[in-house]
Amino acid sequence: MSSQTSTRKRQELEAPERYRPVVDHELCKRCKKCVNECSYRALEFVDGVVKSAGGCVACGRCINVCPAHCIEIRQVPSQFPPHANFNERVRRGIMSQASTGGVLLTSCGTDVPYPVMFDDILLDAAQVTNPSIDPLREPVETVTFLGGRKGRLEVKGNGRLYMEKDPGPVIAMDMPIMIGHISLGSVSYNAQKALFQAAQELNILAGSGEGGLHKDFYPYANNVVSEIASGRFGVTGDYLKRTAAVEIKIGQGAKPGHGGHLPGEKVSALISETRMIPLGTDALSPYPHHDIYSIEDLQQLISVVKESTEYKVPVGVKIAAVHNVGAIASGIVRAGADFITIDGFRGGTGSTPRIIRDHVGLPIEVAISVVDQRLTAEGLRNRVTVCAGGSIRSSADMVKAIALGADVIMTCTAAMVAMGCRVCQQCHRGICSWGIATQREELVARLDPEVASARVVRLFRAWNEELKEILGAMGIDSVESLVGNRDRLRYFGPNSKIAEIMDVKHVGEGWG
Amino acid sequence: MGTAALHFKKPKNEVFDATTAVTRMPDDSVLIHADRRDSEGRLVHYRVLNELIRKLILEGEKRIIIEGVTGHRYIAATANRKDVYIEIFGTPGNNLGAFLDGPTIEVFGNAQDQTGNTMNSGKIIVHGNAWDVTGLAARGGTILIKGNTGYRVGIHMKEYSGTKPSIVVGGTAKDYLGEYMAGGTLVILNRKGDSERSPIGLSVGAGIHGGKILVHGKVERHQLGPGATLGPLTGEDVPELEHLIQEFEEAFKVQVPRDWESYVKIVPLSSRPFSGHYDPTSI
Repeated sequence: MSSQTSTRKRQELEAPERYRPVVDHELCKRCKKCVNECSYRALEFVDGVVKSAGGCVACGRCINVCPAHCIEIRQVPSQFPPHANFNERVRRGIMSQASTGGVLLTSCGTDVPYPVMFDDILLDAAQVTNPSIDPLREPVETVTFLGGRKGRLEVKGNGRLYMEKDPGPVIAMDMPIMIGHISLGSVSYNAQKALFQAAQELNILAGSGEGGLHKDFYPYANNVVSEIASGRFGVTGDYLKRTAAVEIKIGQGAKPGHGGHLPGEKVSALISETRMIPLGTDALSPYPHHDIYSIEDLQQLISVVKESTEYKVPVGVKIAAVHNVGAIASGIVRAGADFITIDGFRGGTGSTPRIIRDHVGLPIEVAISVVDQRLTAEGLRNRVTVCAGGSIRSSADMVKAIALGADVIMTCTAAMVAMGCRVCQQCHRGICSWGIATQREELVARLDPEVASARVVRLFRAWNEELKEILGAMGIDSVESLVGNRDRLRYFGPNSKIAEIMDVKHVGEGWG
Repeated sequence: MGTAALHFKKPKNEVFDATTAVTRMPDDSVLIHADRRDSEGRLVHYRVLNELIRKLILEGEKRIIIEGVTGHRYIAATANRKDVYIEIFGTPGNNLGAFLDGPTIEVFGNAQDQTGNTMNSGKIIVHGNAWDVTGLAARGGTILIKGNTGYRVGIHMKEYSGTKPSIVVGGTAKDYLGEYMAGGTLVILNRKGDSERSPIGLSVGAGIHGGKILVHGKVERHQLGPGATLGPLTGEDVPELEHLIQEFEEAFKVQVPRDWESYVKIVPLSSRPFSGHYDPTSI
């Protein structure tokens, strides 16, 4: 088939637009800022007025820059005849694939309205029999440790505490929050700088993603968790030794079992240098690590990283939450990981096949609890730090995730939104109008790392304050006492089987 | 519920300390006796051996000889001084020279799996076979293997900004040679093979998008993985091949014929193998 035919057909059968910027021409100053700022070219200046040019993704950049506040993005009402089964989303997918014949790509976490168990969980509070604590006047501890917890604390006859000689490296963070792995490549230099700077100021950790660590970011290395993924991009002995912790990435919640694919056009000089890959070629991360086909192989990679870092930094393993997550987590701990990161299926990404993002994996709420129960039952839970992410949207999600069994929560999308992201799910196109998920210099320059970093800092400080409020209300004076404290949760949703699996009592059930 | 034994507990090793396990040789090299056993008859643990190697390198030792190596893993991982030369007698374990950045390692014996894992620069010479996943994700340096190699060798090797990894195998290789390869050169010399039997396996160069695989002997199209194709040797391949063969000859004191017409080159069809695979349209 000739490509000309398919282009023609595509034009003929183009799906109707979803969003339309509407300009109030009476208020418009004709400054054309919106036209110039729209990286999706959804606005044009014709015959002296700004008009919609199609292709709007509702990123909201035009609204943000318009000095006259005269732009409004309208969701175009469905132009498809109503059909509950063959809904608009399904038909748009078919139309697009019929034109391109490709695997549908998307980004961010899934937007399919699956039930969110976090929203079906209610928290307990202290009343009468256990007093609540006022976190503004009394200490409520949120310092969290990441690392292995091997060795035993012994109380000797003289009343003193003794630790095994080498308990292994741990990292103290001021709050149980880790900014997840977002690579330089998936996001811009300025975006990664802002995240690292925020992590440093908050004294928490941020993930490097599988993109290496740019030399400009070495000053932040004490707050960076470096990642080893299947492509081994940017991984050198120096990279491993420099950072605070090392994480071996097996999977990602948004694309369990899938590799990475940074298209050649995004592999700029900056990305080539940091990832140590050829300029302009596709950066492909193989689906599996080709030196890991078993838990024993994983143990070897963990060991070689520990040898390489001379046992000075915690080494963890990140997996996507999948059906057998409990057993896999158990194997990971036995393989010697100091921390384990579980990423739920609603987690975000800079690019993933839609089929995988929307249909593969396990919700993080269930995964956390299942892993915590399994590790506890096997006597392994005390040995590791459990980090969990995959759509932690608020401090409430954070509190519930911790009570379900996580030590540390991992979040990316919330930090992105703090920096300006509107979750328009276009990251994979690389023309992010906010300068976040792009490598185009003129777009990257739009993001001021100082401003963005300050916003991330304020967001997580606020979350931590809310964490203290809720801990105080529950009468708990340290976040560590909330970890796995599922007795303080009650399920208030439609499916009591899920409550049973999560080991959470139903609302109305007491314990006395 | 039982509790499993703790991993990574630092092993006790009574006899293996720097005073008894290391001998200063007349030529100023140091000899490590890795075959020493402790009072309970246990072999020296890899952790102890590697710590000693790191210490010696840090102290400025340039030539380190290790004898009696018996499957000790991760030897010289991340070692990064160019003037360091490590000689190994025995059989090193998996991940020999992982993340290696500069030194030369010479093995008088066979190497096991993942030799030169994610190597950055340096040289690994194996006077025997080196098995699966040799040179995984290497982005620089040279690996010379006198004998055969196993499956998935040279996977995801890549070159960038002047650094370029090379692997030369004297014998044969198995399936998935050069899978996901993004740069560098793999050479299969097939020194002892006959011309009727291919020295490489199946799915060779699957997903290859950079670099080249040069095979001395027969390669049929059905042996290639997706994204790979066959091409003739070009003018620039010969000097590179000549250079690598010279290195091989020097390392192993052997002669390799220069019959360029017997070589087959496997190259990528494109540096963007999956550019048409995806539909980025926003739905």
